[in-house]
Amino acid sequence: METETLQELYYQMLRIRMIEEKIAELYSEQEMRCPVHLSIGQEAVAAGVCASLSREDYVLSSHRSHAHYLAKGGDLKAMMAEIYGKVTGCSKGKGGSMHLVDLFAGFLGATPIVGSTIPIAVGAAFGSVMRGEQRVTTVFFGDGTTEEGVFHESLNFAVLKTLPVVFVCENNLYSVYSPLSVRQPEGREISCLAEGHGIETFQGDGNNVTEVFGLSEQAVSKARQGGGPTFLEFATYRWREHCGPNYDNDLGYRTESEFLEWKQRDPIETFKERLLGDNVLCIQDIDAMAKKVEAEIDEAVAFAKDSPFPEGELLLEHIYAV
Amino acid sequence: MDRELKFFQAINEAIDQCLAKDPAVYLMGLGVPDPKGIFGSTLGLQEKYGSARVMDMPASENGMTGVAIGSALVGMRPIMTHQRFDFAVLAMEQIVNQAANWHYMFGGQMSVPLVIRMIVGRGWGQGPQHSQSLQAWFVHVPGLKVVMPTTPYDAKGLLISSIEDNNPVIFIEHRWLYNITGHVPEEVYRVPLGHARVAREGDDLTIAATSYMTLEALRAAEMLAEDGIGVEVIDIRTLKPLDEALILESVRKTGRLIVADTGWKTVGFGAEIVARVVEEAFSDLKSAPIRVALPDCPTPTTPALANLYYPRAAHMVVTARQMMGRSADESVLHATTSVLLDVPDMSFKGPF
Repeated sequence: METETLQELYYQMLRIRMIEEKIAELYSEQEMRCPVHLSIGQEAVAAGVCASLSREDYVLSSHRSHAHYLAKGGDLKAMMAEIYGKVTGCSKGKGGSMHLVDLFAGFLGATPIVGSTIPIAVGAAFGSVMRGEQRVTTVFFGDGTTEEGVFHESLNFAVLKTLPVVFVCENNLYSVYSPLSVRQPEGREISCLAEGHGIETFQGDGNNVTEVFGLSEQAVSKARQGGGPTFLEFATYRWREHCGPNYDNDLGYRTESEFLEWKQRDPIETFKERLLGDNVLCIQDIDAMAKKVEAEIDEAVAFAKDSPFPEGELLLEHIYAV
Repeated sequence: MDRELKFFQAINEAIDQCLAKDPAVYLMGLGVPDPKGIFGSTLGLQEKYGSARVMDMPASENGMTGVAIGSALVGMRPIMTHQRFDFAVLAMEQIVNQAANWHYMFGGQMSVPLVIRMIVGRGWGQGPQHSQSLQAWFVHVPGLKVVMPTTPYDAKGLLISSIEDNNPVIFIEHRWLYNITGHVPEEVYRVPLGHARVAREGDDLTIAATSYMTLEALRAAEMLAEDGIGVEVIDIRTLKPLDEALILESVRKTGRLIVADTGWKTVGFGAEIVARVVEEAFSDLKSAPIRVALPDCPTPTTPALANLYYPRAAHMVVTARQMMGRSADESVLHATTSVLLDVPDMSFKGPF
């Protein structure tokens, strides 16, 4: 892989991690008055997949969408302002953390009903094809989604119409507090469900950004050439609580040792070691990256905090499109 | 000049003309291109526009509604058709959570120009899951528009307006209207959404009705005219956004209101009209408004019970006479099993 790509992948993951950690840090101020679902620990999937997309390609996501939005090129200031409920936010404060959007970046939207953006993504791809556009649509979702009816309905239709869609399942083993073992039969892989629909399927290490990038690049290029959809399942792990800034290993639904095992496989640390070892990056480069991101975050947070709330008139605006 | 079409032909023509004039429009639904063409409303369209624009679909109501929404977000104008209202219930998640909210929750950046046609069945034993009339569910939800045409003229004009509208529109067609005939101009024309229609003028009492109940209301008005009671019939046409002004204007004139809806009574659409009239025109009322609607029980299949289930013109006549302080012969309400009320007209032959 090219040095520049490797550096960029690292930079994207670092940037997402630092932004999410800043959100976690500031959350206790009680000024971000909406739920936040942090992606810390899962950055490699977002960074790896989005690096294989162009700006014109569409991405949709779910409740845990910060990483996808950022990796696709979503505006950071607009995202922070949105989480702070400000009128300068990407949805004018009407959506919050669970409804990010950046049309310029091709981030078509995120919504928190499990599985619901999957058919919408398939529809965006269907629409693109009908309009004769070359776009690929990618949709991110979690393992719980594969239990939803629309997941299957969507895969069926995407295969039926050979649509340019990349389905990206981030399997982090839990749907809120419910482990896979109480939701799906043991020994049956999620990827097998997808395969049952006749869709080409790959499993990968979701904490290995180059592996993610490689599989995604293949899927995107196939889709762009009219080869139809691909299903990618990436094993990864959410470090913090389902919703909110804290760790929740004390709750008892998962073990501290399981968490520590996954933390050993930190997608960013392991990649950093590799890049340092391969002389793709040096410590000074990494420090410079961190400084740059820090400055960007400070500016975005200041922008969000300084921005005004929406005026009352906005309450009844945008009910209907004109 | 005075060209007449049946209701289903008017629907067909509206879709046909929208497909012809706008390449973004496409039609999908289970059975859309089948030999019966959704009771004739989609007949011949696939032959004319091809299977990419007039398409059948998997039996995935919710998923395919999402597909329609997604395509609408990127520039298409889908028309989705359900052979029965009851099947569309499978798609409530996409309609309510996604389509209705999308424009608002993303700060007005995107719109969902989507028409979802739903057909209300009635009679010939359609029963509990082939004849529900759940318009109130959708009227409740901000962001949706809800349309229920009665005449062939409005069916075409309102459908064209709905297809051209940049919002999700629930377009509800009553199966018993499909064979009624009326004047329908050949050219493209629009009946704007959000406007009710005075179907008959009168001074003594207002009946505000939806869809097929407008025809029953007109029959009731004829009967009441013989008793010297002047009934104003309002065909509501668009349930959301509602033409409140026209209804209030009529009630302020007559002082009496019956709301006749095709759905259930409790928390039904009629309840909303009564509430608004009571809130806005209480002092103009000469008697308490009354809802004529389905009783709160599932739709029975047997004609013996369906006869008792559906309100008809006679119910409005009795109600109106009571409101006017006249004697009311309630025996007309007691339909018996020997009277066949489960078909829209005598030419109808089963199956449905």
